Amino acid sequence: MSIEKYRNNFLKEVEERVEEGNWVKMCMQCGVCAGSCPLGPHWAHPPQEIFMMIRAGKREEVLTSDSMWMCTSCYQCIVRCPRKLPITHIMHGLAYLAKREGLAPKNQPTAQFGQMFWDNLTKTGRVNELKLSLSMYFKDGFSQGVKNAQAMQGVGMGMMKAKRLNPMEILGGHGIKDKSGFHAMLKKARELEDKRRKLA
Amino acid sequence: MAKKQYSFYPGCSSQSGASSSNYLTSTNSMVKLLDVALNEIPDWNCCGASIGYAGGGELPRIALSARNLALSEQHNPGQEVVATCAACWLATREAKERLDHSATLLAETNEALKEAGLTFKNEAPPARHMVEVLIEDIGYETLKSGVKKPLDGIKFAGYVGCQTNRPFGIAGESFENPMYLDRMVESMGGEAITSYDQKVTCCGGALAFSEPEKSQKQIHDIIESAYDHGADMIVTPCPLCQANVEIYQGEVNKRYGKKFNIPVTYYSQLITVAYGGSSKDAGLDGQVIRATKLEDIANK
Repeated sequence: MSIEKYRNNFLKEVEERVEEGNWVKMCMQCGVCAGSCPLGPHWAHPPQEIFMMIRAGKREEVLTSDSMWMCTSCYQCIVRCPRKLPITHIMHGLAYLAKREGLAPKNQPTAQFGQMFWDNLTKTGRVNELKLSLSMYFKDGFSQGVKNAQAMQGVGMGMMKAKRLNPMEILGGHGIKDKSGFHAMLKKARELEDKRRKLA
Repeated sequence: MAKKQYSFYPGCSSQSGASSSNYLTSTNSMVKLLDVALNEIPDWNCCGASIGYAGGGELPRIALSARNLALSEQHNPGQEVVATCAACWLATREAKERLDHSATLLAETNEALKEAGLTFKNEAPPARHMVEVLIEDIGYETLKSGVKKPLDGIKFAGYVGCQTNRPFGIAGESFENPMYLDRMVESMGGEAITSYDQKVTCCGGALAFSEPEKSQKQIHDIIESAYDHGADMIVTPCPLCQANVEIYQGEVNKRYGKKFNIPVTYYSQLITVAYGGSSKDAGLDGQVIRATKLEDIANK
């Protein structure tokens, strides 16, 4: 198994396999990030705690937690961190590793939405907002999807009336011209990163 | 030929029938009035936005921005890349920053780009936000000098939000209390509520969609403070801030028992109207909550 070399050294694993992970050891545990996070009340563990858990080797607890998925990418933690840790990016990187290792919490809505967003944009090269909304509403099956769509009907109608949501996008919608080159580029990028970070 | 030429990255949400199409409408009107030319990057792709990390990882995400930058180098040589969307600007700047600092990432990015027949030479300076073009290349005084219909009697809560402000921000501004949006409002003859205390609060970003019950408090606070400060409308430089704060007001009202109904506009709409453009030029027909006070000035 690819993680065997990191056994008992989760910090080393994070440094090598997580985006900006080499910064984790710089955390001085001041907690300014925790106090700055808009989703603060909803984290199981604030960032500085996650960093200490990494140093303590708590791999399973870190990667299975829903904490990283609470990040709204507001960058408040980054600009306030006295040690200049790129906390937002580390959280994104940890979330991505958790997902690739199959450890992210099941049915975590932001993890699901994030994947839908990526699949949506990579298909045509540009985001199709109508299909993205529908895939989120219908993620838990058809009947729940109808309920969700009905509940959000007012929002959708307002957007359509303002011509900021186009029902015709269901037929395809916007996209780039060079889709084959675009897809080949992303495939290669993923291969290279997977190899370097040992993500199988 | 227009005085200033830029390589333009409009972004997905600006496209026709998308959530910030009125931002692009007003931007196009605004730059025409300011004699600025925006040359669209041919075949640009999505930047991955902030939520792209979950499915994309690091290198594929950087490749997205690098493709746009490579196309810009090729088709709009010598021109600075300008974005109107906060996420587009941030992702593009972030990608370049990573590529500047890592020879490994740069080599791998170019290996990936080769698959699309492109090369990123990293010749151009970092991408800029339209706001930077307005306040740095044109300047408040020049902006003010072109005003035909001052936005008299309208009180604006300048909601800067996150990604036009952090982590890069606008030169010379603080992260906690940036003043540029207020100064832009004042340049257009409007009244800026400089004491508005939610100007850099996060709207919830993508979590407004995936975790509404956790993130709608953000939207609630942003709007409530605007009301408490006597604002007629909110103005913002970010398409996601605009959409989240405008379109979920009905949902926030249900959750918190409020009766919020405040328009959320773009700086580009203010400038278009103040420079004499019509409601349609300013994309005011694209508001879900009509900005009637701004429409009244446009229709004068």
